[in-house]
Amino acid sequence: MPSLKDVQLQIAGVKKTKQITKAMNMVASAKLRGAQSRIERFRPYAEKFYEMLGDLASKADENAHPLLEVREEIKTCAIVLATSDRGLCGSFNAGLISKAEKLAKAKTAEGKDVKFYCVGKKGRDFAQKSEFDLVKGYPDAMGHFDFSLANELGMEVIHAYLTGEFDEVVLIYGEFVSMGKQVPVEQQILPMSSEEAPEVEEETTGVKKEFIYEPAVEGLLAELLPRFIKVQIYRGLLDTSASEHAARMAAMDNATKNCDEMVDNLTLIYNKTRQAAITSDLMDIVGGAEALKG
Amino acid sequence: MENTLRLEIVTPDRLVLSEDVDYVGAPGYDGEFGILPNHIPFLAALQIGPLHYNIGGQTRYVFISGGFAEISDNKVTVLAEAAERAEDIDIDRARQAKERAEQRMSMEMDSVDYARARAALARSLHRLKLLDSE
Repeated sequence: MPSLKDVQLQIAGVKKTKQITKAMNMVASAKLRGAQSRIERFRPYAEKFYEMLGDLASKADENAHPLLEVREEIKTCAIVLATSDRGLCGSFNAGLISKAEKLAKAKTAEGKDVKFYCVGKKGRDFAQKSEFDLVKGYPDAMGHFDFSLANELGMEVIHAYLTGEFDEVVLIYGEFVSMGKQVPVEQQILPMSSEEAPEVEEETTGVKKEFIYEPAVEGLLAELLPRFIKVQIYRGLLDTSASEHAARMAAMDNATKNCDEMVDNLTLIYNKTRQAAITSDLMDIVGGAEALKG
Repeated sequence: MENTLRLEIVTPDRLVLSEDVDYVGAPGYDGEFGILPNHIPFLAALQIGPLHYNIGGQTRYVFISGGFAEISDNKVTVLAEAAERAEDIDIDRARQAKERAEQRMSMEMDSVDYARARAALARSLHRLKLLDSE
């Protein structure tokens, strides 16, 4: 039987843990709101962008740009993995990493070299330990990033792709489906297939506007396509960030509940122990009194 | 006929500007172009540089780090990776960026890094120039 003091200490410890998990839950929920509002603010840009791209892609030749062209032999595959910087968010990072690992193994089995770009500390740690090459890691980037991160990463990837360093680029990120659901998703970003170019709903008016283009369609496309890759990366990063906070909220909520349960159990043990101590004290007194009577 | 046109400047991070204006001048890919109300549909790539617009006789400036402009139905939508109104430009940051870029360009490096440094320099120079002209 643990002593009364031990149980008391344990209860105090669990209560403190509960305070921490509760605070983390609240912080995560505030950060989630921030991440969601960033997704909202990104939406007008993304929508307009897709509209322009869809419009242009329908007018241009399929092989108009090297980024659209599918190479016959794919030797090297780059995986861009977005994870969070910090743990304590349930199985969120584990899910992303296992997805990346599976994909990397599958690609290796096909005889391709696999290289990693990692945003977020957790993914980088994985890539460093694994047998795959880590080209570049961006640790501690998830806390405060803006479009320039996607810009940099995008330029890096596009340059390496165009110089033939790799023939395929896949992005893995945590899609934010809802508060309770975040899914690791893989998305091929290079080579771009024209089917992947977002569909634009035909204008209902039936009259298509005739645009003047400056420079010509091909020239515009050459400007738009690299940006499209950055837009996709940015979207992946934003989603990952929102997912991370949602996952942490859920994890911390669970932890808080578990703390409550532990406190209940410990309190029960405490009361039982106290009762047992009182009983045995009473027995002693009664026994002593009996002995005095003689 | 409308007398004004709507100007919207959107970046991935926010909506920078949404106003009814009289005239928009933008740094086009092949040189500056101007847009007046009732322009025909037009889609253009933009360079790094200043965009200006007139509103009630006043001219205002916005820095654009390259992007696209779509003009249709009396609405100018500018998509830029970064955009700042002249009064929002961070002068210290622009100066530091300029120095950094110049330093990088003075070192030996491959063509990609050079192109990047040059783009960074162009951005910072345009930002600073805009501040001077204000």
